[in-house]
Amino acid sequence: MLRLRPARRQGRREEGEELMAVATDLQKAVEDAAAHLYVWALKDIPQDLRDALAEAAGTETSVPGQRVLQTILRNVEVAEEERNLVCQDTGIPVYYCRVGEHFPLHPARIYEALHDGTERATVEHPLRSNTVHTLTRENTGQNVGHRVPIVHWDFVADWDGLDVKCVPKGSGSENMSFLKMCVPADGVAGIKRFVLDSIVGAGGKPCPPGIVGVGIGGSADYAMHLAKEAIARPVGTRNPDPLVAQLEDELKELLNETGIGPMGLGGDVTVLQCHVEHADTHMTLNPVAVNYQCWAARRATAHISSGGAVDYDREA
Amino acid sequence: MTERHLSFPASEEDVRELRAGDSVLVDGHIIGIRDRTQIRIFDEGIAPPLDLTGAFLLHTAPNVRKVGEGAYEKLCIGTTTSARMVRFTEPLGREYGVRAICGKGGLPDEAIEPMQRLGMVYFAIVGGAAALETTQIEEIEEVYWEELMPECLWKFRVKDFGPLTVAIDSHGTSLYHDVQESARKKLEALYERL
Repeated sequence: MLRLRPARRQGRREEGEELMAVATDLQKAVEDAAAHLYVWALKDIPQDLRDALAEAAGTETSVPGQRVLQTILRNVEVAEEERNLVCQDTGIPVYYCRVGEHFPLHPARIYEALHDGTERATVEHPLRSNTVHTLTRENTGQNVGHRVPIVHWDFVADWDGLDVKCVPKGSGSENMSFLKMCVPADGVAGIKRFVLDSIVGAGGKPCPPGIVGVGIGGSADYAMHLAKEAIARPVGTRNPDPLVAQLEDELKELLNETGIGPMGLGGDVTVLQCHVEHADTHMTLNPVAVNYQCWAARRATAHISSGGAVDYDREA
Repeated sequence: MTERHLSFPASEEDVRELRAGDSVLVDGHIIGIRDRTQIRIFDEGIAPPLDLTGAFLLHTAPNVRKVGEGAYEKLCIGTTTSARMVRFTEPLGREYGVRAICGKGGLPDEAIEPMQRLGMVYFAIVGGAAALETTQIEEIEEVYWEELMPECLWKFRVKDFGPLTVAIDSHGTSLYHDVQESARKKLEALYERL
């Protein structure tokens, strides 16, 4: 069965040309969506996050903590009034793609589209470019570069759509990422202890109260991947596995008893949520990864149909 | 804890009046600075081309639009994590007379002693609250070392900049130290419940 592969695909000439045209339009649609998502995510934070911040302000009893939360709530309003970015850190662009088996644009082209859309948004808005060569530290200028944007892929059988979630990830929180290869004998208690130690050690640096993403199981690299996936979930959702969901509830409660508080100035609310993702692992492995997402937990999604129709979704 | 207004540049006396926990709104001039700017000053030994006596330094790398030769318009100005730059605290006070450092997330305990000795404070701003912060910056008045963009030396004029929390004062108190100490004690009890 012939699938759309725009470049250098053998086929009857007329048919090939027609397919190219469709694919190019679709690639353009994905590029436009990426450009829109990047800016939109930076300006308009999701409702679930707004609700979590308001709830935090309702429970915080420390004076500096309350001052921080009121400033955050005012800032979200000002960003809306001024149509400005919520936070100046435009992040490192990260995209999560769910590609349907029958979506008529190859992931190689989807990647190109995300790259070009990110670059366009950076130049046109303009957005601060954060991307530098990791050794020379020279700024690449457009928030794109070698292997940037970072794109994660999932593939879905019996579907012809594409979901793109844009997560511009700030460095203040990303710098507070931690991995420990616990041993099986450390058990679940070892996992919890490592998460607690990580968040207390991070103090005010990752802009608390935010979302603590925890990845457990798999391998070293996969645990961190899962931790990142966890922070990109809608705020307050629970893992479908009841055992993992229970761990999420317990960790959230424990973390909020540390007293680190908003911006590390002391208080009742250290985290808005704790999300855990898990994978089965080797019998001798017990990896645990922590990835922090600041209170400005930006994310925005586009659902793209095979015909190129784009449906934007702030809550996914 | 009191609410204060303070104008910068400021004197040692002004800064010594501040106590950890105080809430402060700042007027006057503040200087934007970041990792590369300070690496240039201290590691490469190049003196900054403006007077930092009594200065308020903000850890930032702003989003700006160029509107002319050496002229920039603000787009979105926020604050970065301070801890990376802690080693510059002492020489900033001793060699240049800086009075205040403002950033997010705090400075490690090694900043407490020089701030006490030299009469300096650390102001905690709300990290990520850049949209609001941008409205409190009236103008970008001067820019130096544009080749380090966006980590240049920036001179901003501000009005009611804040609210900032005095998180390390010039009397040896650091809220970050206190919060960590108390959290470490709580952890011991929490471990029992795991």
